Amino acid sequence: MHIPDGFIDVPTSAAFVGLSAIGVGAALKGARTQLDDKTAPLAGLTAVFIFAVQMLNFPVVAGTSGHLIGAALAAVLVGPWAATLALTVVLLMQAFLFADGGLTALGLSVFNMSIISVWVGYAVFLVIKKILPQNKSSVAIAASIAAAVSVPAAAFGFWIQYVIGATGTFSDSAVFTSMIGIHVLIGIGEAIITGLTVTAVLASRSDLVFGWKNNQKALEIKNV
Amino acid sequence: MSKNRKFYIGGFIVSLFLAGVVSFYASSSPDGLEKVAEDIGFIETAKDHTYADGALADYGVKGIENERASVGVAGVIGVIGTAVVAGVFFKIIARKPEKTKR
Repeated sequence: MHIPDGFIDVPTSAAFVGLSAIGVGAALKGARTQLDDKTAPLAGLTAVFIFAVQMLNFPVVAGTSGHLIGAALAAVLVGPWAATLALTVVLLMQAFLFADGGLTALGLSVFNMSIISVWVGYAVFLVIKKILPQNKSSVAIAASIAAAVSVPAAAFGFWIQYVIGATGTFSDSAVFTSMIGIHVLIGIGEAIITGLTVTAVLASRSDLVFGWKNNQKALEIKNV
Repeated sequence: MSKNRKFYIGGFIVSLFLAGVVSFYASSSPDGLEKVAEDIGFIETAKDHTYADGALADYGVKGIENERASVGVAGVIGVIGTAVVAGVFFKIIARKPEKTKR
């Protein structure tokens, strides 16, 4: 969902640079208090892994592909603040090195993927985790469901931007239906990759996983 | 090797493998947004990327003819580049100034 230059007009793109800057600024502050020497390397590895998996477009329906965004995955692994930063680093690398995602559209893409997708994904994760029994497989399931929702959430972000500042004159409602429809399907792939990855990390280093650690802390506090 | 090191080296190697080898097999169909833009028609409003002629544009290395090698090398460069940038960035973020006060 890397937006090329030209889809959205310059004023709207500029406004979203501002909004994204506020969001990323807040994430810098949040991540500063939350990350430590132990969790910082996982935030780095999360960015690396997301970059790699974003290269792997999978077929969705005839003639259409999708790839991981990784927003919910990152939020569960390293927390939403660091996730916003990790996704932003990936988007910057892609735009500047690989000509993937327009430079003037960066504010738009960061807003959709680093902010909306991360925070919607994280919110869904927290709700689902609360409902399910408190164990590792619940964390993986909650992460998957969060991932499935986080993709159409990013598509919804694009739709808002399209309604505000599309340079084309095509029907808003047609864009809404198509964007949400296809991204619900891409979200299934996102859910599978996220579930498998969270399961793998929980199996080897559950002590590092943000979405699981908080559980452990809560238990410790209860026991004291 | 410590458990910690093993985990990070393992994760890095998996990422290298995915970007360097598996990426060749990725679908080349347009992604969701691109497809919607094509179907509805606003794809025509897209402008060429500022760096469309860049050395690594579209995940290929300029000058490498072999497609498998081109995308693979681009992927490896991306993984190493992201590791350096994100590694340094998060290390700086995680630095705790309060501790050095004492």
